[in-house]
Amino acid sequence: MSRDFEWPEFLFLLGALRWTIVLSLIAFVGGGVGGLVLAIARTSSHAILRWLAATYIGVMQGTPVLMQLFLAYYGLAVLTGIRIDPWPAVTLAFTMYAAAFLGEIWRGAILAIPRQQWEAAAAIPLAPAAQLRYVILPQAFRIAIPPTVGFLVQLIKGTSIASIIGFVELTRAGQLIVNVTFQPMVVYPLIAVLYFALCWPISLAALRLERRIDAALGIKQHP
Amino acid sequence: MKYVFQFGIVWDHLPQLLHGAWLTIRLSTGAFALGFVIAMLLAFLRTAGPRPLRAGIAAYVEFIRNTPFLVQLFIIYFSLPAIGLRMEAVTAALVGMSLNFSGYATEIIRSGIEAVPRSQIEAGYSLGFTRLQIFRHVIVFPALRTVYPALASQFVLLMLGSSVVAAISAEELTAITNTLQSTTFRAFEFYFVATGLYLLMTIGMRLLLHAIYWAIFERSRPAERAWSR
Repeated sequence: MSRDFEWPEFLFLLGALRWTIVLSLIAFVGGGVGGLVLAIARTSSHAILRWLAATYIGVMQGTPVLMQLFLAYYGLAVLTGIRIDPWPAVTLAFTMYAAAFLGEIWRGAILAIPRQQWEAAAAIPLAPAAQLRYVILPQAFRIAIPPTVGFLVQLIKGTSIASIIGFVELTRAGQLIVNVTFQPMVVYPLIAVLYFALCWPISLAALRLERRIDAALGIKQHP
Repeated sequence: MKYVFQFGIVWDHLPQLLHGAWLTIRLSTGAFALGFVIAMLLAFLRTAGPRPLRAGIAAYVEFIRNTPFLVQLFIIYFSLPAIGLRMEAVTAALVGMSLNFSGYATEIIRSGIEAVPRSQIEAGYSLGFTRLQIFRHVIVFPALRTVYPALASQFVLLMLGSSVVAAISAEELTAITNTLQSTTFRAFEFYFVATGLYLLMTIGMRLLLHAIYWAIFERSRPAERAWSR
């Protein structure tokens, strides 16, 4: 006897949406810290640091996030000797994934700051770390806001992949509900609508911020 | 902790992995070709079509770009059969990847079209070109050259994203790896090698895409050549 898709099922999906948001936020914050380190390493004057960061970013952006997820899951299992629950693997994998993408976005923002700003900061004189901290990063941060917000959408959508290793977020919850209601025609489109309701406002905000910052920087807009 | 890595068994199954990788490449290039044709049509209508159609295409693009590929795939493979549209897993994967790619590519190509200087389009009109002729002879080439790098990155994302179609058991590299690791209990080794294969495919595709750019846009620049003749 199968269940119908009614309020309790809908509430179950909403409850799972919370885990999609929590996972995205953890990865976004953790990836933000990692990304900052990567962006600084990627633009530093030490060749080895630059190379390490570039290699990390290249590997993470050159392999599927699903593979990274499997490696984190089975890698942690190998390290600890037991089959663990998906939480640590999923948060680790998505944090490392987010770090690579944010690192690359912020590298671009740092490089977009004119060289004269570094020279002016050096002339004050500020130490190299202070040049970065007080002159370059605050300006780079402003340029980086729109693509960073845009990446959040990519990250939220990406977390749906965690369902494949059994982490119960929105997509996995949808599969579970389909298994008991046999109504994929209702459930999966509804899941899509829920993701859309979460992601679209963020996409719009990213676009708005981009227009505003482009205007402030005097970049011409296409209609 | 006493875990001994054994990569020998992966080596024994390498032909199967390569077979899966080959399907990954075929799916990705097939979806690229289909998605690109759809996107060209949509980008044309999005910029030159009637107003309601433009709004419809914009909605399609926003829907594709703001929902996960995996969920789009589930709708195609699990939901559509409920209204009588049943597909094989590989077909569903190809359809899903094509539609997903078309959403991103439409937006990318549109930005390229809008970057074509207005004066060139007006020159086309003053020569008595129709809209379609202007699109064909004035807009397409420079627009595609402008957005080529973005399309190329999107293609790599398409190929990496294709690993997700393992969830509907289309037998590409990820699905093959899943099967092999579950029968050999050497999960980490298999995923490690499969990840390496994806990395090689990414690097190979990037090189190929550079070569294609050179062949199409650098080797023969009709306008510049005519100018400096």
